[in-house]
Amino acid sequence: MSLRFAFRPLFWSLESESAGPYRPLFQFRRLWKTAVLLTLAVVLSPLAFMAVVDQRLSREVIEGDIRYQTTRLVANTRKNIAFFLAERKSALVFVDRDNPYEELSKPLRLTALLDNLQKGFGDFYELGVINAEGLQHTYVGPFHLAGVNYRGEEWFQVVQEKGVYISEVFLGFRRQPHLVVAVKHNLPEGSFYVLRTSIGLQTLNRILMELEVSGQGDLFLVNREGVLQTPSRLFGPALERIPLAVPPYTERTEVIEVAHGSETFVIGYAFIPETPFVLMAVKNKANLMTAWKKSRREWTLFLAGSLFIIVLVILGVSTHLVNQIYLADRERTAMLHHMEYANKMASLGRLSAGIAHEINNPLAIINEKAGLIRDLFTLQREYAEDPKLLGLVEAILKSVERCSRITRRLLRFARHSAGRREELQIGEVIEEVLGFLAKEAEHRSIRVSVAVAPQTPPILADRGRLQEIFLNLINNAFAAMEDGGRLEIEARPAEGGLQVRVADDGCGIPAADLQRIFEPFFTTKAETGGTGLGLSITYGLVKDAGGRIEVSSAPGKGTEFRLFFPQTAPPETSRNASP
Amino acid sequence: MNILIVDDEEELASTLAERLRLRGMKASHAVTGEEALRLTTEESFDVAVLDIKMPRIGGIQLKQRMQQIQPGMRFLFLTGHGSDRDFEAGVTEVGEEYYLGKPLDIEELIAKIHDVLGR
Repeated sequence: MSLRFAFRPLFWSLESESAGPYRPLFQFRRLWKTAVLLTLAVVLSPLAFMAVVDQRLSREVIEGDIRYQTTRLVANTRKNIAFFLAERKSALVFVDRDNPYEELSKPLRLTALLDNLQKGFGDFYELGVINAEGLQHTYVGPFHLAGVNYRGEEWFQVVQEKGVYISEVFLGFRRQPHLVVAVKHNLPEGSFYVLRTSIGLQTLNRILMELEVSGQGDLFLVNREGVLQTPSRLFGPALERIPLAVPPYTERTEVIEVAHGSETFVIGYAFIPETPFVLMAVKNKANLMTAWKKSRREWTLFLAGSLFIIVLVILGVSTHLVNQIYLADRERTAMLHHMEYANKMASLGRLSAGIAHEINNPLAIINEKAGLIRDLFTLQREYAEDPKLLGLVEAILKSVERCSRITRRLLRFARHSAGRREELQIGEVIEEVLGFLAKEAEHRSIRVSVAVAPQTPPILADRGRLQEIFLNLINNAFAAMEDGGRLEIEARPAEGGLQVRVADDGCGIPAADLQRIFEPFFTTKAETGGTGLGLSITYGLVKDAGGRIEVSSAPGKGTEFRLFFPQTAPPETSRNASP
Repeated sequence: MNILIVDDEEELASTLAERLRLRGMKASHAVTGEEALRLTTEESFDVAVLDIKMPRIGGIQLKQRMQQIQPGMRFLFLTGHGSDRDFEAGVTEVGEEYYLGKPLDIEELIAKIHDVLGR
């Protein structure tokens, strides 16, 4: 037996067709499906709803957290970088203010000042003084830039207008990324000069590199065209162009999400005031969400496990309940049927009694009249004895006797449908039943042999019910047999009672059906009007009599029913027809 | 020996009485309870054979009333086993040995008559 069959509920294989007029009562499969689907829907919809809501909420919380962290990182770093630049600028302003123009114009003094700045800050490379005409007349540093004229340069225009200039990062002569800071000093006579220095990026890079950015992120400066001002882990060395667009100007620190290729980046940015720099923190969103994804996976696993258990429990409970309903319904319907059957038998009994009574009276008159004729011929001398007439009278009397045998049998049948236990000889009961079926057996040339062993004890039972048992079994046997078949009925003593064997040589019963033949409504004769109740009722009747019934069959060879009856029947119990 | 046959079927009652007379017994018949009671007041009977099921006065009731008139009278009953109840009532009242089913055998009737008289 396969697993599927092992777990199949009792009602599953029930063919509603075989229930005949009770068909609407037998929609258990539909009932089961409805119960399972409804329960699943009621249980699973809130669960699914909660799961979705929880996923969304936790995602939103994580995303909010990512934004908050990014904002903080960018805001703090912007402060640091602004401070770094302001510090350099202030140092330059201090040097400018501390030294008169004449002093600054002396290369020796300028060398000393550069030396001090280098010792104090470490990243000042050169110092140059440029007059109002744009000529750098004094210069100290690694290159020979004294005498260079910056008049046409853009930065010189900016520093004239704004007083301070901070350049973008460029390579310049030094082939090293650096930036330039310049401050303008107005002279009393209306002229001015500019003090200019270049600053290396090691310190700045260190500030950015040393910061731990979660989610394998990246922190760097770009100019407003998107050219890297400091090296980036993701996008390469300084002065490369990043593949992302620079967001529009804002005074505040902002966080946005940008899709790039197959990846999504969380980008925090801030414009550093009075510089061309934009600070950007770029994080790969997928990396940031790893923890969330892991917890989601665990959650999903947990949910799947719970679902599995819930579905299992729902299936189990529904199956159990529907099965119980099925069993109860089956019992109830069988009982109804049994009552209907008993009523039918009682009606039939009353009808038989009425007919028998009505016939008995005229029969009695015929009997007496014919008897009188016979008396006259035999007892009175004036009526000559006439053998022919006497023969006719005897024939009438014999026919009357035959009729009265029939009416007696009908009356006995009617009387015994009442339900009264008496001591019975099994052989007599079998013969009575065969009396009803003798004509059919004769017409179909079925040979019926009855053998009752001499020591067979009597049993205490209801005659009518015992008749029903054998009537059902013999009727079934006849239906299974071909004309000219053979039916054997044997009764013999058995331990504690007696055993009756009813064996036919009919078509037999397939093994699969054999297990179910005592179930109510199991029939293979639905199309020819079988109700599937005959054997179920027989089973109930045998049980009521305290006995048991067994069957064995070989398809094509015949079927054998063995009935066991105890010698003393148990007290009357409620009728229960289901096996 | 005087015998009274009471049955609402006149043909049956008269024929039975005649067959008994043919066998040398004295026999009368009645078709209703009333007629039977009247005859009982006029004549003395040894045995009455009563149909259990008759209109107005049934066999069992008739027996009681006839016994009041002639306490020594013996009774036999006839029935076509009309229904369970009639049969049960008849058997409980008179016992199965006083009971004859229709159609009946005249020799059996005579044997039962001798039987009840012998008791």
